[in-house]
Amino acid sequence: MKRSTLILLKTLTWAACLWPVSLLAWGAITNSLGADPTARIALSTGYTTLMLLTITLAITPVRRLSPRLGWLIKFRRLLGLFAFFYGSVHMLTYVALYAGFDVNTMMADIAKRRFITMGVAAWLLLLPLAATSTNWAIRKLGGKRWNRLHKLIYVAAACGVIHYWWQVKPGVLTPAPFTVVIAALLLARPVQGWLLRRKVQAVAVDQAS
Amino acid sequence: MLIGKPSDIPSSAITSKDRYLNRRRFLRGALSGAAAAGAAAVGAERLAEMFSPRIGALAGTKLETVKSPLTTTGEELTPEEYITHYNNFYEFGVDKDQPAKNAGALPIRPWTIKVEGKVAKPQTFDIDTLLKLRPLEDRVYRHRCVEAWSMVIPWVGYSLSEFIKECQPLASAKYVQFLSYIDKRVEKWTSESNISWPYSEGLRMDEAMHPLALLTFGLYGEVLPNQDGAPVRIVVPWKYGFKSAKSIVAVRFLEKQPSTTWNDQAPNEYGFYSNVNPEVDHPRWSQKTERRVGLPFYSQRRTTLMFNGYGDQVASLYTGMNLKKNF
Repeated sequence: MKRSTLILLKTLTWAACLWPVSLLAWGAITNSLGADPTARIALSTGYTTLMLLTITLAITPVRRLSPRLGWLIKFRRLLGLFAFFYGSVHMLTYVALYAGFDVNTMMADIAKRRFITMGVAAWLLLLPLAATSTNWAIRKLGGKRWNRLHKLIYVAAACGVIHYWWQVKPGVLTPAPFTVVIAALLLARPVQGWLLRRKVQAVAVDQAS
Repeated sequence: MLIGKPSDIPSSAITSKDRYLNRRRFLRGALSGAAAAGAAAVGAERLAEMFSPRIGALAGTKLETVKSPLTTTGEELTPEEYITHYNNFYEFGVDKDQPAKNAGALPIRPWTIKVEGKVAKPQTFDIDTLLKLRPLEDRVYRHRCVEAWSMVIPWVGYSLSEFIKECQPLASAKYVQFLSYIDKRVEKWTSESNISWPYSEGLRMDEAMHPLALLTFGLYGEVLPNQDGAPVRIVVPWKYGFKSAKSIVAVRFLEKQPSTTWNDQAPNEYGFYSNVNPEVDHPRWSQKTERRVGLPFYSQRRTTLMFNGYGDQVASLYTGMNLKKNF
């Protein structure tokens, strides 16, 4: 890929990732976040977090479809960090606008309310991933260990989806699309691995005969 | 028995839909003249209306009303825009903005309420008869949703007890059940949730007979917009909003407590009584505070009041009852 194309695509990705938070900031300044601004901020940041996690998780399986899609890897860190950013704003929304910075309230919520427990767990799982996202950290950890650590995103995404299901009223099906897509992306990994192994084996058998 | 003079709505007092829309257009014109930014917003609103016309809507028709001593004072009213565009009406979609877009399909005329069960004689009331049964009162009530947001709404209606007297329930009637309109060809959004329809709600007889329980036909002095439960709904201001069933088509008087939609759906989350109670948490959130709709995000939080602030009037209904157990 040409360098200028890459810069253009990166700029567009930045703009797209900043769009939801810009809308919220503009709405907060102009007091136009609708009927229930607190809920709007919480829902919008939560939704964007899941959306960005989904896109991040899609990079690897999509890349494997064709060698010509290899350049997608250059966007994974950016998307993952933005997912963490929105997750953090989502968390902060809870801390400030729901718990009112009250530590006792937060502790009680985490102990009593499983959707909050699950949400906090998801954020805590993303934290080391964001912290080790620099080139320096990758070198320091070594590729293998870094890769193993970053598999935590699978657990974090699953926690995020469960958090969503536990937050909505029983019978409400809005988390279903995320559930299906994320499940498919997680399943794609072993399936693609298996297909690849079969292909390699077939080639090996061909060569042996 | 209290029988008020029937307040007939003279046809001259009813604004036709065209004239109502014209008035809106005139107001919009004035607005757009005032500010360019305003004009842009109005344009968007007009476009939105073009794409989702309000089929057969009577919403906006003025109602002739009288003052009520039972109105709540000292609260700032929630803007009409929010009352009509932030709704839970799952038959028309699970998102708050969907009912305003989709409820235009609700066929609000002709409309009847079937009265069944433990009554002297089953009967059917036509909506236009109900509108004239008693004088319509303006009643401002706080409205507290179980999801912890709240509004202040100027409803229009008369005490549910007045209607119940007309139904002539038998002494054996201990509960009353309200059933909402259901037609999945009209309400195409029911598949968005896994709920068994029709929507059902219920009250104990003494609760239903309390003068604060309102049979509701309008808000802000006008006919109810469809998304707010047109043409007739229940409003029980001391209970969480979901107890106030919308678009009622049947009222049943029963000996036993009826099964009700959200209580069936999740009995640990939504009790049959569901009185507003800051001491009883919802499993997923605290009910100690609420978010007032229409305020900026930093000033929405306020303390939730026992019985939503109507304790002086209704607490005696629950004397001797454990409200933590019977939440």
